[in-house]
Amino acid sequence: MRAAMIDVVVFFFLLGVFARLVKSDLRLPEALYETLSIYLLLAIGLKGGIELSKQPLAALAPQVLACLALGFVIPFVLYPLARALRLSGVDAAALVAHYGSVSVVTFAVAQAALARENIPYESHAALWVAVMEAPGLVAGILLARWALRDGATRTNWGGLMHDVLFGKSVLLLLGGLMIGAVAGEAGTAPIKAVFIDPFKGVLALFLLELGLVAGGRLVEVKRFGPAVLVIGVLVPPLLALAGAATGRALGLSTGGIALLATLAASASYIAAPTAMRIAVPQANAALSITAALGITFPFNIVIGIPLYIELARRIAP
Amino acid sequence: MKKHAKTLLVINAEGVLEKPLVRDVRERGAQGWTVTEVHGASHEGVREGSWEADRTIEMKVICDAAVADTIAEHVLATYAPHYSVALWFAEVQVLRPERY
Repeated sequence: MRAAMIDVVVFFFLLGVFARLVKSDLRLPEALYETLSIYLLLAIGLKGGIELSKQPLAALAPQVLACLALGFVIPFVLYPLARALRLSGVDAAALVAHYGSVSVVTFAVAQAALARENIPYESHAALWVAVMEAPGLVAGILLARWALRDGATRTNWGGLMHDVLFGKSVLLLLGGLMIGAVAGEAGTAPIKAVFIDPFKGVLALFLLELGLVAGGRLVEVKRFGPAVLVIGVLVPPLLALAGAATGRALGLSTGGIALLATLAASASYIAAPTAMRIAVPQANAALSITAALGITFPFNIVIGIPLYIELARRIAP
Repeated sequence: MKKHAKTLLVINAEGVLEKPLVRDVRERGAQGWTVTEVHGASHEGVREGSWEADRTIEMKVICDAAVADTIAEHVLATYAPHYSVALWFAEVQVLRPERY
């Protein structure tokens, strides 16, 4: 792979991983991490919202439905694979929920890569991210309940849905989308200097921090053996194929197909661990997080995204 | 100055348990609590608090000894089997007992 294919923000991530592996004392303050993540979610939403106002709503409905279905089906398809790798039923169910849900930062890195290569994409794609957060979690919980089959396991669906739908990420993404859609290009012009222009620099800083976190999980890989490694590396490209095929069927642009492939391939490491911890406490949380954040996230942003863009180029009409 | 004996119950738990714990201590008669974010380690592993899913909280409840016992029993039975939880008691003295 040419160095030029790697986006500059990815180098910040690699720097973070390196810092962690050499046990540097580098650590971003908690409050900054929190601020950066709020900024990124709002900015991604706003950017999508500005374009959303120009779209006929009827055209969005098939995309929303397809994203819901894709997120919901992924865990059911992956579950037998995880079981075949000798994970217990609950561990497999919790793990596949992470892959059904999505990673917003992976999406942002894919957007940055597309922009750099001048590949246009559906700019309301942030809507897909918001839609794809929850269905995989629901599917994972259903699988876990089926795996336990003890009749004693109760799921507080109301509380869970509240936490996911009104949690930080969906709230800020959808909130940003709506503000962008209502305010439009002209209305958002005064805040462009904060929310649009510095986006990539902020993303770089956030990736430095995520590199530190992911580096910490990377050293955990040996604790769980080859199953985690196999899932973390093999599953994303397979899911990307499913995402790309869905994008093709929806008639998306090349960039849109690449983004949907990326979303399908990405694994959640914020919403999913929290939701699964509450809904399926029996599952080994460290196993899922190691796969999603320690392996799949770095794999996607370094190797996966260029692959998915190439895939989209080849299958786009 | 007149002082009154009360029990301080401290619960260290995974961050996701904050909401259920607040509900539980309230239901079992605690009138107040404080929660702070902490990081640390136990024999179950290190929790650094480096991102959302890795947070740890420390909840302090000052209440009557019987209430503290009820809360602790509930926490042990409900959460300890599957979550990282640590809890301990201390005898403390307060000035305005009706607040606890």
